[in-house]
Amino acid sequence: MPVEMNSQEKIWKHRDRKTQLTHWAIWFFGTALFVWCWQLVSEKTEWFFVLDAPTIAADIGSRMVPPRWEYIDKLWVPLWDTLNIATLGTLLALVLAVPVAFLAARNTSPSPTLLRPIALLVIVSSRSINSLIWSLLLVSILGPGVLAGIIAIALRSIGFVAKLLYEAIEEIDENQVEAIKTTGASRSQVIAYGIVPQILPTFVGVSVFRWDINIRESTVLGLVGAGGIGLQLQASLNILAWPQVTLILLMIFLTVLFSEWLSAKARHAII
Amino acid sequence: MLELKKLGKKYRTGDRALKEVDLTVPAGQVLALIGPSGAGKSTLIRCINRLVEPTSGDVLLEGESLTHLRSSGLRRVRRKIGMIFQEYALVERLSVMENVLSGRLGYVGFWASYFRRFPQSDIDTAFSLLDRVGLEPMADKRADELSGGQRQRVGIARALIQKPELLLVDEPTASLDPKTSRQIMRLITELCTERKLAAIINIHDVALAQMFAQRIVGLQAGSIVYDGNPEGLTSDVLTQIYGEEDWTAVRKQQSSESERDIGDLEENL
Amino acid sequence: MNASRTWRPKPFIENPKLRWGITIGVLLYMLLALGSVEVNWMRIYAGLDRGLQFFAAFAQPNFTERWTDISEGLAESLVMTVVSTVIGIIISIPIALGASRNLAPLPIYLFCRAIITLSRTFQEVIIAILFVAIFGFGPFAGVLTISFATIGFLAKLLAEAIENIDPGQGEAVRSTGARWWQWLNYGIQPQVMPRLIGLSLYRLDINFRESAVVGLVGAGGIGATLNTAFDRYEFDTAAAILILIIGIVMFAEYSSSAIRKRVQ
Repeated sequence: MPVEMNSQEKIWKHRDRKTQLTHWAIWFFGTALFVWCWQLVSEKTEWFFVLDAPTIAADIGSRMVPPRWEYIDKLWVPLWDTLNIATLGTLLALVLAVPVAFLAARNTSPSPTLLRPIALLVIVSSRSINSLIWSLLLVSILGPGVLAGIIAIALRSIGFVAKLLYEAIEEIDENQVEAIKTTGASRSQVIAYGIVPQILPTFVGVSVFRWDINIRESTVLGLVGAGGIGLQLQASLNILAWPQVTLILLMIFLTVLFSEWLSAKARHAII
Repeated sequence: MLELKKLGKKYRTGDRALKEVDLTVPAGQVLALIGPSGAGKSTLIRCINRLVEPTSGDVLLEGESLTHLRSSGLRRVRRKIGMIFQEYALVERLSVMENVLSGRLGYVGFWASYFRRFPQSDIDTAFSLLDRVGLEPMADKRADELSGGQRQRVGIARALIQKPELLLVDEPTASLDPKTSRQIMRLITELCTERKLAAIINIHDVALAQMFAQRIVGLQAGSIVYDGNPEGLTSDVLTQIYGEEDWTAVRKQQSSESERDIGDLEENL
Repeated sequence: MNASRTWRPKPFIENPKLRWGITIGVLLYMLLALGSVEVNWMRIYAGLDRGLQFFAAFAQPNFTERWTDISEGLAESLVMTVVSTVIGIIISIPIALGASRNLAPLPIYLFCRAIITLSRTFQEVIIAILFVAIFGFGPFAGVLTISFATIGFLAKLLAEAIENIDPGQGEAVRSTGARWWQWLNYGIQPQVMPRLIGLSLYRLDINFRESAVVGLVGAGGIGATLNTAFDRYEFDTAAAILILIIGIVMFAEYSSSAIRKRVQ
């Protein structure tokens, strides 16, 4: 009880001594860590440039307007590619993520001691590595192009989809599964009738959600050569063509808004 | 027809849920299994179709031992044993018809069932069963749109479309109101008589058990302590099964309810 | 009753025209999309060898050859993660308050929501490119980028948590005659604090992963080292870096879920 006796009076305190000390310790070390890290960042920063930043920003800003509208003719194909990278990448990821999720879920994994840890490792590896890094790797293996982008998006999305899906599988109502088992159904029928209908809403929701994220991600894959509108962005940045950059950013903004609208609509229609 | 020989189940936690249970159920008999919660009723019927693996003893269905069957043999035997669950255990996002047809899964191949291509004979049976339980107009409704009593009727149809020889019924009325409970119990027992089905019904409601079953088995702490006809359930016997309590109240309530009961017979048929 | 009644499951889309329209539309899109993917089989065949090298490299990662680069890059990534998460949280809180419809007046609400949308629309790398152009190369641009991305994530989810609080508790505090700050401290904060801590820990983990990427465009961290390794086809070094990233992410996930369990 955080109440202490001081001579005759009872003194109420918000926390008892031990909690109070831990709180102070956490705050102290947290602040110290932050300050130390900040110093490290600060040492590597040219403060002269940073102080000059408002001027530079104003300069770039003035060069960025007005956008070069004619350039839009060259953006339709890259935009189409971007859309395809996101969509096909997501589809490929879904196909691959489903078996991984079933292997990773405690209640469906055929071998909890061997295959389950492997599936979990696949999930964490896929999630740890950004799609841009996957692209970097794939471009150096497959060469530049849309294909590298599609596979990169798929590799990054497997972990995301499989993680949410296997958590959903672990939370299903086992009674429904038992009921299907008692009819003498085979293993695959138990999955198709007892498990799939229960996880379908999650699956659809997660897929649409991931597609939406992937649209965003696929806008930058071109920076490392993996196709899409990022290629044009890179090219325009290289020649410092700021009015083109503005137009590209504007198009990305509209695409992302469109995908957000579409995915919200799809979620409502299906669930 | 069904024979349990020294059936025992010890859970990994060390709980001995069943202790050497011997029980024989002849064809066509409706048997009620009563006992306090935790007595092992649920474990007992789940050991028969091996949703729970028994740890000792044997289960014989028409002379065939079930405890050592491999998966394909187990599937073949499970087709002959229908089961009805406490919380209905319908696949909630499938339609009523799909739930009923899922009772035939043991007889159709995977792809046929995946594309919902069931043989016409199964579909006819499904419709007539739905008609029998009074849900024919609901065939295309999703299971989660139904009320508790309606869901349990779907559960009954799903168990019966298996054309089982034995029906395992786990607390069919535990989630239902009193009136629906007796309607469901009546439906189950009638269907058993029509089809000469044997049934083991787990039920904690003594009055319902006495009203609908031909034979009562009392289970207490994993052992059978009573086995006989419904009339033999005296206060002493009930005390033995459930512990000290005033049992006259239960029986009084039961007799007054049976009078009311005749009135609502027609509305269910 | 009819002796033989056929039954088909109810189709997902009941209007047949719409159903077929959507089916054909999807098929057409798939055909066009797949058709527009150019696959250079010769190039892939040539690359297969490299792919195998890369997988072989995972079995024998090379930590030693470029260890100074790797350790400096990783340390910088971790430092950036800490700084940007803290800055992101500090800025997110007022924006989240402003983006909660039950707390803020409409103009402030719209302003804060606009910031959140802007931060969520653009991929971190695009922001990083702009910040590098403005603030110069180095971790400072990276820190700003990741802080900005943190705001979009944290402020949005925190605002949702605030909008879903139980208003009764706030009213009870207000009815004691509490000031606005006291009301915030006693009526709102206790309800959203566990959520804030959980989200912050989650974001710490995401920010580490992001800090590995912004380096690709010159905003500091391990990304630059990784980029160099791939450019030189030093797959064993790249594999070592990737293994370290995966290891750190696993450790972070494990410890943050342990902390979250204690807090909630």
